[in-house]
Amino acid sequence: MSVVRIGAGAGFQGDRLAPAVDLAERGALDYLVFECLGERTIALAQQDRISHPEAGYDPLLARRMRAVLPACHKNGTRIITNMGAANPRGAAKRTAEIARELGLTDLKIAAVTGDDVLDRIGDYILDETGEPASALSERLVSANAYVGIEGLVSALEAGADVVICGRASDPSLFLAPLVHEFGWARDDWARLGRGVLVGHLLECAAQITGGYFADPGVKDVPDLAHVGNPLASVDAEGNATITKLPGTGGQITRATCIEQMLYEIHDPARYLQPDVIADFSGVTFAQTAPDCIAVAGAQGQAASGLLKVSVGYRDGWMGEGQITYAGANCVARGTLAIEVVRARLKPLETRIHEARGELIGLNSVIPGAEPAAGVPEVRMRYAARCQDAEAARCVGEEVEALYLSGPAGGGGARSHHRPVLAIGSTLIPAAEVVATVKMMEAEDEIA
Amino acid sequence: MKLHDIAHGRTGDKGDISNISVIAHDPAHWALIREVVTPERVAAHFGCFAPEAITRYELPALHALNFVIRGALTGGVTRSLALDAHGKCLASVLLEMRIPDRAG
Repeated sequence: MSVVRIGAGAGFQGDRLAPAVDLAERGALDYLVFECLGERTIALAQQDRISHPEAGYDPLLARRMRAVLPACHKNGTRIITNMGAANPRGAAKRTAEIARELGLTDLKIAAVTGDDVLDRIGDYILDETGEPASALSERLVSANAYVGIEGLVSALEAGADVVICGRASDPSLFLAPLVHEFGWARDDWARLGRGVLVGHLLECAAQITGGYFADPGVKDVPDLAHVGNPLASVDAEGNATITKLPGTGGQITRATCIEQMLYEIHDPARYLQPDVIADFSGVTFAQTAPDCIAVAGAQGQAASGLLKVSVGYRDGWMGEGQITYAGANCVARGTLAIEVVRARLKPLETRIHEARGELIGLNSVIPGAEPAAGVPEVRMRYAARCQDAEAARCVGEEVEALYLSGPAGGGGARSHHRPVLAIGSTLIPAAEVVATVKMMEAEDEIA
Repeated sequence: MKLHDIAHGRTGDKGDISNISVIAHDPAHWALIREVVTPERVAAHFGCFAPEAITRYELPALHALNFVIRGALTGGVTRSLALDAHGKCLASVLLEMRIPDRAG
């Protein structure tokens, strides 16, 4: 294959479906990739699985598969996704059921596992706590390594039409098909680095086509409401053209590409990935046509041999309440409301680990911001991380109680409380993680 | 003038680390941006981050800077009590920075 066409079907768990269907139908794609896992998603999914063993994969899996499988099957487009979350085999089984219902009985589906390292993480020190993971004891929920391309490439080599994994580094979902199609060597650092760049540019879907970019009057984006998802045409050297489908909204420019390239990276010359350390420091973007950007210049060097691991653990409860003050002297009344709630929660102080009171519209993003004159309204917010659910519930209740016993004129109070699922991180030797591929076919009987 | 007049940017997050890009709209302003948007001035602008927590990377070919701020997200998105726990708003806040009004 001289050029591989890869599209981005989703950039986060709740991403829009219509642009993915459009790409599946009109994109002439070889691959459609759905990246749906945030930092905490797997830990939440793992918790789901405790009470529902069949769950633990992306709740939108069935909806997405139903929507794109017919067109992908017809057009020979293979699907790669991390929607398996904490249960890739469950997700593959569900996908097989859907394929069968759609009459696509020749579809081959692969589940890639191996990222779950909960059974061997105990001795590793977490960056955040400075203690071994085992010190969390029964609060420890999940541990998943950001794996690379190995299992994904094996699944593609085995002929899978749909490849479903759990935690993998996001760019790996895009790098794997390039390595599979072009046969890049695993120490071809430059090409692997270029493949990572393609993946990094596409992994957030509309964030490169004009989504998360518009700033009216400064950076205007045409027809943002109908923004399309991106696709890349990648050659055997790893050079790529990023574009989107004709008739879709949004835009692809050097500016959208540069914002996305620097999104969530630290040292641009050392973007740490499981299979390579990518170097974006010499990358160039050239506008070759409207909404077409040629990308070149990424490099790479040998990977570190260590994989990042996200460790999920229960960390108490969070309680929160909000109430609005508007009009005359609203900043002073909102400030008084914070003081009142803080004083009323004082008896719970041993069960409250951390608390913050703020005025949305004034200082909720940057603490200590000075009020401008004539602020028309503020929304007081009080939030606290607590030892137990009861204390967390009290936080919101004290905010709602401001209706009758707080400053004058508060309105629109809301409160909620929820368990906190925190994420810590550590590094594990890559040799500790082994990918396993399980193939299933739509025509198989359900076990 | 404000940095917003000559630059754009986006915030990303990994754990408790925030990264903020600052990109010149016009290459003519790159030299000025590189000169005045220093870690010290970024720290002073936000008022809540120590300069030592901020690392600046330069991408001269793209007329862009990337600021990496450690410990910026009060424990990271999963534990933070902040409403914008990801710190997604920080790039726009940075673009409010006052800079000297002269040609680059």
